[in-house]
Amino acid sequence: MSEEEIRRRQRSRAILMAILLGLFVVLVYAITIAKMGLYSS
Amino acid sequence: MTTTTTLDQQTVPIADWRDLLALTKPRVMTLVVFTGLCGLLVAPGGLPLALAFTAILCIALGAGAAAALNMWYEADLDALMKRTAGRPLPAGRMDRQTALHFGVGLSFFSVILMGVATNWFAAAILAVSILFYVLVYTVWLKRRTPQNIVIGGAAGAFPPLIGWAAVTGDVAALPLILFALIFLWTPPHFWALSLFVRSDYAAAGVPMLPVVAGARATRVQILLYTLPMATAAVAPWPLGLAGPLYGLAASALSLVFLLLALRVLANRAAEPAGMKPEKQLFAFSILYLFAIFGALVLDHLL
Repeated sequence: MSEEEIRRRQRSRAILMAILLGLFVVLVYAITIAKMGLYSS
Repeated sequence: MTTTTTLDQQTVPIADWRDLLALTKPRVMTLVVFTGLCGLLVAPGGLPLALAFTAILCIALGAGAAAALNMWYEADLDALMKRTAGRPLPAGRMDRQTALHFGVGLSFFSVILMGVATNWFAAAILAVSILFYVLVYTVWLKRRTPQNIVIGGAAGAFPPLIGWAAVTGDVAALPLILFALIFLWTPPHFWALSLFVRSDYAAAGVPMLPVVAGARATRVQILLYTLPMATAAVAPWPLGLAGPLYGLAASALSLVFLLLALRVLANRAAEPAGMKPEKQLFAFSILYLFAIFGALVLDHLL
Protein backbone atom coordinates (compact mmCIF):
# COMPACT_ATOMS: atom_id res chain seq x y z
CA MET A 1 0.00 0.00 0.00
CA SER A 2 1.48 3.36 -1.01
CA GLU A 3 2.06 6.18 1.47
CA GLU A 4 -0.46 8.28 -0.41
CA GLU A 5 -3.11 5.56 -0.14
CA ILE A 6 -2.46 5.11 3.61
CA ARG A 7 -2.77 8.87 4.18
CA ARG A 8 -5.98 8.95 2.13
CA ARG A 9 -7.55 6.16 4.16
CA GLN A 10 -6.45 7.68 7.47
CA ARG A 11 -7.95 11.00 6.42
CA SER A 12 -11.28 9.51 5.30
CA ARG A 13 -11.54 7.52 8.54
CA ALA A 14 -10.73 10.60 10.62
CA ILE A 15 -13.40 12.65 8.83
CA LEU A 16 -15.95 9.86 9.29
CA MET A 17 -15.08 9.56 12.98
CA ALA A 18 -15.54 13.31 13.44
CA ILE A 19 -18.97 13.13 11.77
CA LEU A 20 -20.00 10.14 13.91
CA LEU A 21 -18.85 11.86 17.10
CA GLY A 22 -20.86 14.94 16.15
CA LEU A 23 -23.94 12.81 15.52
CA PHE A 24 -23.40 11.01 18.85
CA VAL A 25 -23.39 14.35 20.69
CA VAL A 26 -26.69 15.26 18.99
CA LEU A 27 -28.12 11.82 19.89
CA VAL A 28 -27.13 12.12 23.57
CA TYR A 29 -28.72 15.58 23.66
CA ALA A 30 -31.95 14.20 22.11
CA ILE A 31 -31.99 11.25 24.56
CA THR A 32 -31.53 13.63 27.49
CA ILE A 33 -34.38 15.91 26.38
CA ALA A 34 -36.66 12.89 25.78
CA LYS A 35 -35.86 11.40 29.20
CA MET A 36 -36.47 14.74 30.93
CA GLY A 37 -39.85 14.84 29.18
CA LEU A 38 -40.64 11.30 30.37
CA TYR A 39 -39.80 12.00 34.00
CA SER A 40 -41.48 15.40 34.18
CA SER A 41 -44.81 14.14 32.78
CA MET B 1 18.93 3.49 20.32
CA THR B 2 15.66 4.48 18.78
CA THR B 3 13.80 2.84 15.95
CA THR B 4 11.62 4.62 13.49
CA THR B 5 8.81 3.17 11.44
CA THR B 6 7.96 4.78 8.18
CA LEU B 7 4.66 4.40 6.43
CA ASP B 8 6.40 2.38 3.71
CA GLN B 9 7.28 -0.30 6.26
CA GLN B 10 3.64 -0.70 7.26
CA THR B 11 2.54 -4.08 5.91
CA VAL B 12 -0.86 -4.38 7.59
CA PRO B 13 -3.44 -2.70 5.40
CA ILE B 14 -5.34 0.18 6.96
CA ALA B 15 -8.99 -0.66 6.72
CA ASP B 16 -11.10 1.58 4.56
CA TRP B 17 -14.33 2.68 6.26
CA ARG B 18 -16.29 0.83 3.56
CA ASP B 19 -14.62 -2.41 4.67
CA LEU B 20 -15.57 -1.71 8.29
CA LEU B 21 -19.14 -1.20 7.11
CA ALA B 22 -18.98 -4.47 5.15
CA LEU B 23 -17.99 -6.26 8.39
CA THR B 24 -21.43 -5.46 9.80
CA LYS B 25 -23.25 -7.39 7.00
CA PRO B 26 -25.57 -4.45 6.21
CA ARG B 27 -27.95 -6.57 4.10
CA VAL B 28 -28.63 -9.01 6.96
CA MET B 29 -29.03 -6.01 9.23
CA THR B 30 -32.07 -4.75 7.30
CA LEU B 31 -34.17 -7.75 8.36
CA VAL B 32 -32.92 -7.46 11.95
CA VAL B 33 -33.74 -3.74 12.08
CA PHE B 34 -37.15 -4.28 10.49
CA THR B 35 -38.24 -7.07 12.87
CA GLY B 36 -36.88 -5.08 15.84
CA LEU B 37 -38.82 -2.01 14.70
CA CYS B 38 -41.99 -4.08 14.36
CA GLY B 39 -41.55 -5.46 17.90
CA LEU B 40 -41.18 -1.89 19.12
CA LEU B 41 -44.22 -0.62 17.20
CA VAL B 42 -46.64 -3.33 18.34
CA ALA B 43 -45.65 -3.07 22.02
CA PRO B 44 -48.24 -1.41 24.26
CA GLY B 45 -47.41 2.14 25.26
CA GLY B 46 -44.77 3.94 23.30
CA LEU B 47 -41.43 5.64 23.39
CA PRO B 48 -40.46 9.21 22.52
CA LEU B 49 -39.09 9.34 18.98
CA ALA B 50 -35.48 9.92 20.10
CA LEU B 51 -35.54 6.87 22.39
CA ALA B 52 -37.27 4.66 19.81
CA PHE B 53 -34.67 5.71 17.23
CA THR B 54 -31.87 4.94 19.69
CA ALA B 55 -33.35 1.52 20.48
CA ILE B 56 -33.44 0.59 16.78
CA LEU B 57 -29.95 2.04 16.28
CA CYS B 58 -28.67 -0.14 19.15
CA ILE B 59 -30.31 -3.26 17.67
CA ALA B 60 -28.62 -2.45 14.33
CA LEU B 61 -25.23 -1.77 15.95
CA GLY B 62 -25.50 -4.93 18.07
CA ALA B 63 -26.25 -7.00 14.96
CA GLY B 64 -23.35 -5.31 13.16
CA ALA B 65 -21.03 -6.04 16.08
CA ALA B 66 -22.04 -9.71 16.13
CA ALA B 67 -21.50 -9.92 12.35
CA ALA B 68 -18.04 -8.33 12.66
CA LEU B 69 -17.03 -10.81 15.39
CA ASN B 70 -18.42 -13.64 13.26
CA MET B 71 -16.23 -12.52 10.34
CA TRP B 72 -13.24 -12.13 12.65
CA TYR B 73 -13.61 -15.71 13.87
CA GLU B 74 -14.46 -17.22 10.50
CA ALA B 75 -11.93 -15.50 8.25
CA ASP B 76 -10.25 -18.84 7.43
CA LEU B 77 -13.61 -20.42 6.58
CA ASP B 78 -14.77 -17.46 4.50
CA ALA B 79 -11.62 -17.70 2.39
CA LEU B 80 -12.65 -21.19 1.29
CA MET B 81 -16.12 -20.26 0.04
CA LYS B 82 -16.83 -18.45 -3.23
CA ARG B 83 -19.76 -16.59 -1.64
CA THR B 84 -17.63 -15.12 1.16
CA ALA B 85 -14.07 -15.01 -0.24
CA GLY B 86 -14.47 -11.34 -1.18
CA ARG B 87 -15.16 -10.21 2.41
CA PRO B 88 -12.63 -7.71 3.85
CA LEU B 89 -10.65 -10.22 5.97
CA PRO B 90 -10.24 -13.15 3.55
CA ALA B 91 -9.56 -10.68 0.73
CA GLY B 92 -6.69 -9.21 2.81
CA ARG B 93 -8.06 -5.66 2.91
CA MET B 94 -7.95 -5.52 6.71
CA ASP B 95 -6.08 -7.11 9.60
CA ARG B 96 -7.94 -9.39 12.03
CA GLN B 97 -7.17 -7.28 15.10
CA THR B 98 -9.01 -4.30 13.63
CA ALA B 99 -12.08 -6.49 13.06
CA LEU B 100 -11.89 -7.84 16.63
CA HIS B 101 -11.54 -4.39 18.20
CA PHE B 102 -14.32 -3.03 15.99
CA GLY B 103 -16.69 -5.88 16.92
CA VAL B 104 -15.98 -5.81 20.66
CA GLY B 105 -16.14 -2.00 20.80
CA LEU B 106 -19.41 -1.88 18.90
CA SER B 107 -20.89 -4.61 21.15
CA PHE B 108 -20.18 -2.68 24.35
CA PHE B 109 -21.29 0.60 22.80
CA SER B 110 -24.64 -0.78 21.57
CA VAL B 111 -25.48 -2.54 24.86
CA ILE B 112 -24.53 0.40 27.09
CA LEU B 113 -26.35 2.91 24.89
CA MET B 114 -29.46 0.69 24.89
CA GLY B 115 -29.37 0.46 28.69
CA VAL B 116 -28.93 4.21 29.15
CA ALA B 117 -31.55 5.23 26.56
CA THR B 118 -34.29 2.64 27.24
CA ASN B 119 -33.87 0.07 30.01
CA TRP B 120 -31.33 -2.51 31.16
CA PHE B 121 -33.64 -5.47 30.49
CA ALA B 122 -33.65 -4.66 26.76
CA ALA B 123 -29.87 -4.11 26.97
CA ALA B 124 -29.46 -7.53 28.62
CA ILE B 125 -31.41 -9.27 25.82
CA LEU B 126 -29.28 -7.41 23.27
CA ALA B 127 -26.11 -8.61 25.04
CA VAL B 128 -27.43 -12.19 25.14
CA SER B 129 -28.27 -12.06 21.42
CA ILE B 130 -24.73 -10.90 20.52
CA LEU B 131 -23.12 -13.51 22.79
CA PHE B 132 -25.45 -16.21 21.46
CA TYR B 133 -24.58 -15.44 17.83
CA VAL B 134 -20.83 -15.23 18.46
CA LEU B 135 -20.24 -17.90 21.11
CA VAL B 136 -23.05 -20.44 20.65
CA TYR B 137 -23.52 -20.25 16.86
CA THR B 138 -20.17 -19.13 15.42
CA VAL B 139 -17.68 -20.67 17.86
CA TRP B 140 -19.54 -23.70 19.20
CA LEU B 141 -22.09 -25.01 16.73
CA LYS B 142 -21.32 -23.94 13.17
CA ARG B 143 -18.35 -26.21 12.52
CA ARG B 144 -19.55 -29.08 14.69
CA THR B 145 -23.15 -30.02 13.92
CA PRO B 146 -25.66 -29.91 11.06
CA GLN B 147 -28.09 -28.54 13.65
CA ASN B 148 -25.96 -25.36 13.66
CA ILE B 149 -28.54 -23.06 12.15
CA VAL B 150 -31.47 -24.62 14.02
CA ILE B 151 -30.12 -23.53 17.40
CA GLY B 152 -28.12 -20.63 16.00
CA GLY B 153 -31.31 -19.30 14.41
CA ALA B 154 -32.35 -18.12 17.86
CA ALA B 155 -29.74 -15.37 17.58
CA GLY B 156 -31.63 -13.76 14.70
CA ALA B 157 -34.95 -14.18 16.52
CA PHE B 158 -34.12 -11.77 19.34
CA PRO B 159 -34.79 -8.36 17.66
CA PRO B 160 -38.63 -8.32 18.10
CA LEU B 161 -38.10 -9.24 21.77
CA ILE B 162 -35.57 -6.44 22.18
CA GLY B 163 -37.82 -3.91 20.41
CA TRP B 164 -40.75 -4.89 22.63
CA ALA B 165 -38.63 -4.88 25.81
CA ALA B 166 -37.25 -1.43 24.95
CA VAL B 167 -40.80 -0.08 25.26
CA THR B 168 -42.29 -2.17 28.07
CA GLY B 169 -39.28 -3.35 30.09
CA ASP B 170 -40.55 -6.94 29.92
CA VAL B 171 -41.59 -9.65 27.45
CA ALA B 172 -45.07 -11.02 26.73
CA ALA B 173 -46.79 -13.72 24.65
CA LEU B 174 -46.74 -11.82 21.31
CA PRO B 175 -42.99 -11.10 21.18
CA LEU B 176 -42.31 -14.67 22.30
CA ILE B 177 -44.43 -15.97 19.39
CA LEU B 178 -42.54 -13.63 17.04
CA PHE B 179 -39.30 -15.06 18.46
CA ALA B 180 -40.61 -18.59 17.76
CA LEU B 181 -41.65 -17.58 14.23
CA ILE B 182 -38.15 -16.35 13.27
CA PHE B 183 -36.55 -19.27 15.10
CA LEU B 184 -38.63 -21.79 13.08
CA TRP B 185 -38.27 -19.78 9.84
CA THR B 186 -34.47 -19.84 9.93
CA PRO B 187 -33.92 -23.57 9.11
CA PRO B 188 -36.10 -23.66 5.94
CA HIS B 189 -34.59 -20.32 4.85
CA PHE B 190 -30.96 -21.40 5.27
CA TRP B 191 -31.41 -24.98 4.17
CA ALA B 192 -33.00 -23.80 0.90
CA LEU B 193 -29.87 -21.67 0.37
CA SER B 194 -27.48 -24.40 1.45
CA LEU B 195 -29.03 -26.84 -1.03
CA PHE B 196 -27.94 -24.77 -4.01
CA VAL B 197 -24.59 -23.61 -2.55
CA ARG B 198 -23.82 -27.06 -1.14
CA SER B 199 -20.46 -27.43 -2.88
CA ASP B 200 -19.31 -24.20 -1.22
CA TYR B 201 -20.11 -25.48 2.27
CA ALA B 202 -18.63 -28.90 1.49
CA ALA B 203 -15.39 -27.28 0.30
CA ALA B 204 -15.14 -25.32 3.55
CA GLY B 205 -15.96 -28.37 5.69
CA VAL B 206 -19.05 -26.78 7.25
CA PRO B 207 -21.43 -29.58 8.28
CA MET B 208 -24.55 -28.06 6.75
CA LEU B 209 -27.44 -30.53 6.53
CA PRO B 210 -27.24 -31.11 2.72
CA VAL B 211 -23.52 -31.90 3.07
CA VAL B 212 -24.00 -34.31 5.97
CA ALA B 213 -27.42 -35.87 5.38
CA GLY B 214 -27.99 -35.26 1.67
CA ALA B 215 -30.47 -33.26 -0.37
CA ARG B 216 -33.43 -35.57 0.19
CA ALA B 217 -33.25 -35.43 4.01
CA THR B 218 -32.80 -31.64 3.84
CA ARG B 219 -35.92 -31.26 1.69
CA VAL B 220 -37.92 -33.32 4.19
CA GLN B 221 -36.58 -31.22 7.08
CA ILE B 222 -37.52 -28.00 5.27
CA LEU B 223 -41.13 -29.16 5.13
CA LEU B 224 -41.06 -30.40 8.73
CA TYR B 225 -39.96 -26.97 9.96
CA THR B 226 -42.39 -25.13 7.69
CA LEU B 227 -45.40 -26.66 9.47
CA PRO B 228 -44.67 -25.34 13.00
CA MET B 229 -43.39 -22.09 11.46
CA ALA B 230 -46.75 -21.54 9.74
CA THR B 231 -48.53 -22.38 13.00
CA ALA B 232 -46.46 -19.81 14.89
CA ALA B 233 -47.13 -17.25 12.13
CA VAL B 234 -50.91 -17.62 12.32
CA ALA B 235 -51.11 -18.15 16.13
CA PRO B 236 -51.42 -14.47 17.19
CA TRP B 237 -54.81 -14.29 15.41
CA PRO B 238 -56.73 -17.10 17.24
CA LEU B 239 -54.97 -16.13 20.48
CA GLY B 240 -56.44 -12.64 20.21
CA LEU B 241 -53.03 -10.97 19.98
CA ALA B 242 -53.65 -9.71 16.44
CA GLY B 243 -56.67 -8.95 14.27
CA PRO B 244 -58.11 -10.50 11.10
CA LEU B 245 -55.96 -8.34 8.78
CA TYR B 246 -52.85 -9.95 10.22
CA GLY B 247 -54.50 -13.38 10.47
CA LEU B 248 -55.54 -13.45 6.82
CA ALA B 249 -52.18 -12.10 5.58
CA ALA B 250 -50.25 -14.60 7.73
CA SER B 251 -52.46 -17.48 6.55
CA ALA B 252 -52.08 -16.58 2.85
CA LEU B 253 -48.31 -16.02 3.09
CA SER B 254 -47.81 -19.24 5.08
CA LEU B 255 -49.84 -21.17 2.53
CA VAL B 256 -47.57 -19.94 -0.28
CA PHE B 257 -44.52 -20.83 1.83
CA LEU B 258 -45.95 -24.31 2.40
CA LEU B 259 -46.66 -24.83 -1.31
CA LEU B 260 -43.11 -23.77 -2.19
CA ALA B 261 -41.76 -26.15 0.49
CA LEU B 262 -43.82 -28.95 -1.08
CA ARG B 263 -42.35 -28.13 -4.50
CA VAL B 264 -38.89 -28.33 -2.93
CA LEU B 265 -39.81 -31.72 -1.46
CA ALA B 266 -40.94 -32.95 -4.88
CA ASN B 267 -37.74 -31.77 -6.57
CA ARG B 268 -35.15 -34.47 -7.23
CA ALA B 269 -32.40 -32.30 -8.72
CA ALA B 270 -28.92 -32.83 -7.32
CA GLU B 271 -27.22 -29.94 -9.12
CA PRO B 272 -27.82 -26.21 -8.47
CA ALA B 273 -28.95 -25.72 -12.08
CA GLY B 274 -32.07 -27.80 -11.42
CA MET B 275 -32.87 -26.19 -8.07
CA LYS B 276 -35.33 -23.54 -9.15
CA PRO B 277 -37.85 -24.45 -6.39
CA GLU B 278 -35.12 -24.07 -3.75
CA LYS B 279 -34.11 -20.68 -5.15
CA GLN B 280 -37.75 -19.58 -5.22
CA LEU B 281 -38.30 -20.72 -1.63
CA PHE B 282 -35.17 -18.89 -0.48
CA ALA B 283 -36.22 -15.66 -2.22
CA PHE B 284 -39.80 -15.94 -0.98
CA SER B 285 -38.71 -16.68 2.60
CA ILE B 286 -37.14 -13.21 2.86
CA LEU B 287 -40.25 -11.54 1.45
CA TYR B 288 -42.37 -13.70 3.78
CA LEU B 289 -40.78 -12.42 6.96
CA PHE B 290 -40.92 -8.78 5.83
CA ALA B 291 -44.59 -9.16 4.81
CA ILE B 292 -45.66 -10.97 8.00
CA PHE B 293 -44.10 -8.36 10.27
CA GLY B 294 -45.37 -5.54 8.06
CA ALA B 295 -48.90 -6.99 8.27
CA LEU B 296 -48.63 -7.20 12.05
CA VAL B 297 -47.73 -3.52 12.34
CA LEU B 298 -50.47 -2.49 9.89
CA ASP B 299 -52.99 -4.59 11.81
CA HIS B 300 -51.87 -2.95 15.04
CA LEU B 301 -52.05 0.59 13.65
CA LEU B 302 -55.43 0.27 11.89
